[in-house]
Amino acid sequence: MVADGNIKLEVEGLSLSFGSVMALIDVSFRAREGEILALIGPNGAGKTSLLNCISGFYHPRHGQVRFNGLEINRVSPSRRAKLGISRTFQNIELYKGLTALDNLMAARHVFIKYGPVAGSIFFGKARKEEIENRSIVEEIIDLLELAEARHRVVESLAYGLRKRVDLGRALALEPKLLLLDEPMAGMNVEEKEDMARFILDIQELKHIPIIIVEHDMGVVMDISHRVVVLDFGTKIAEGSPQEIKRNEKVISAYLGKANQSGERAK
Amino acid sequence: MWRPCGIFDDTYEKDISIVRTLPQQVLTITGLIALLFLPQLLGAGRITTVNLIGISVVSIMGLNILIGLTGQISLGHSAFMGVGAYTLVMLMNHLGFSFWLALPFSVLSAGLIGLLFGLPSLRIKGFYLAMATLAAQFLIPWIIVHVRPDLTGGTSTLNIAAPSILGFTFDSQVRIYYLVTFFAVASIVLTRNLQRSKIGRAFVAIRDNDLAAEIMGVEIFRYKLLSFFICSLYAGLAGALWAVWMGAINVDSFTLHESIWYLGMIIVGGLGSVPGAVFGVIFIRALEPFSHYIGPPIASYFPDAIGAAIKSGISPFVFGLVILVFLIYEPRGLGHRWEIFKHFYRRWPFSY
Repeated sequence: MVADGNIKLEVEGLSLSFGSVMALIDVSFRAREGEILALIGPNGAGKTSLLNCISGFYHPRHGQVRFNGLEINRVSPSRRAKLGISRTFQNIELYKGLTALDNLMAARHVFIKYGPVAGSIFFGKARKEEIENRSIVEEIIDLLELAEARHRVVESLAYGLRKRVDLGRALALEPKLLLLDEPMAGMNVEEKEDMARFILDIQELKHIPIIIVEHDMGVVMDISHRVVVLDFGTKIAEGSPQEIKRNEKVISAYLGKANQSGERAK
Repeated sequence: MWRPCGIFDDTYEKDISIVRTLPQQVLTITGLIALLFLPQLLGAGRITTVNLIGISVVSIMGLNILIGLTGQISLGHSAFMGVGAYTLVMLMNHLGFSFWLALPFSVLSAGLIGLLFGLPSLRIKGFYLAMATLAAQFLIPWIIVHVRPDLTGGTSTLNIAAPSILGFTFDSQVRIYYLVTFFAVASIVLTRNLQRSKIGRAFVAIRDNDLAAEIMGVEIFRYKLLSFFICSLYAGLAGALWAVWMGAINVDSFTLHESIWYLGMIIVGGLGSVPGAVFGVIFIRALEPFSHYIGPPIASYFPDAIGAAIKSGISPFVFGLVILVFLIYEPRGLGHRWEIFKHFYRRWPFSY
């Protein structure tokens, strides 16, 4: 099951600091086509900061982020979205006044070409484009089983459902690289299983690199192909889930002794 | 979003349409025909107020895009109307343009000035932005009065000729009514469409979560400015109609006071709701005659000096009271009430 596709994302020697606090120190890793790469580490290790560097929220001090061989350090977040870098958020950053459907349609923004005048008249080309994009969004609604939420305002949805809408919105951007920031935080076992299934479905369907930040070791070890471990902003290990479980550094920094028998973190 | 019982959309086209059922179509057409005969129904006396409502509807459609959809704020809306009105009058009086030729220029000039005063929105939000747009409300009238009083007439009133089309001259309030109503209905339709389009979704995305919007590919700066531009286009159109409605313009028509009334209409109507905005305009504009109506009887209970104060002060008092009541009891405005009412009659008599 180990993916050996082309390298899509290269992060090289990335350093990020806030004042005198070093959030990331010389972090490098690569993500390949069709692989699920887990990013783990204790709280404050720099996982989300790393995702923010890739999606363009933060500008790293040193180092490079290359996507499809293209250096994107100076590229704005909205341009990165056009390149196909899409993400979900730890604290669900949806457009809460819109329906689930409109949240997904809003993510089709970069694919819809008509302008404000055509939009105001809403006839012919604009109408046609809306309907085309609607059918793409409906496929995502089918895939993620969001039909019940379709016409409901996101604010009124349950937490688990909102997490799914967030994932749906990231998918509506037709990602070529998908970043998931704690997609299973705060979910019960059943919801986690659903979410894991969705992530595997997406990987199979789209064959894109998926980078996932997650604290649930059971899920991480089950679905990821490779794991990168961060601690205090530095990468302390990288390898297959089996290698990581046995890695002494990782055990002392994050997993803890009990995990050797495979119990505690599950 | 609730659908009328038993109506199922089997195409996406039907699902995104606004007028979807036969009763709705009948109602829409009946409503439009009723608008045609409104002057005859109401009598010519009340039509002046109806025209003011129509002009305010045009204006408020723009402001609702900016405040309701994009979540930005402008305290200079009335000044942007002034830009539209003065551009129209300048072009007509000094360059001999016809109304129809001058109209696009006045709409566009208001749009561009609005865009200019929207620039601070790229850096600041909320209260600070309100203060920055307040600058427009002071600068624009000052420029009108002081820079070229020989052209703009300074503080004095300028008259304009009534526009005409194909020999039909809009020279009475009843005739102007048709001009105003045409543009009011057009603005409502265009705004409702914009709201459900890509642009409207991008605006709401910026309002609800600007960081996520940027990550999802919306160029925030561009769309914020676009929102200011569109908002001021409507203000420019409303200003031009105002000039026609009055038959004259004076800088005193475009005050901060008016801008605040527009904000009041948005609050009463409900942010981001097109029908709500229309209700808000009607409600607030009807308050003025209403407070003149109730003013004298209330004043008669008090001694003369206090009574006179009540007569002159009742209108802002009622306005303030209404805004307070709405902010406390129905912050989502009449638009939300309208939605509740629609749910009610669609489900009636079964309340499940």
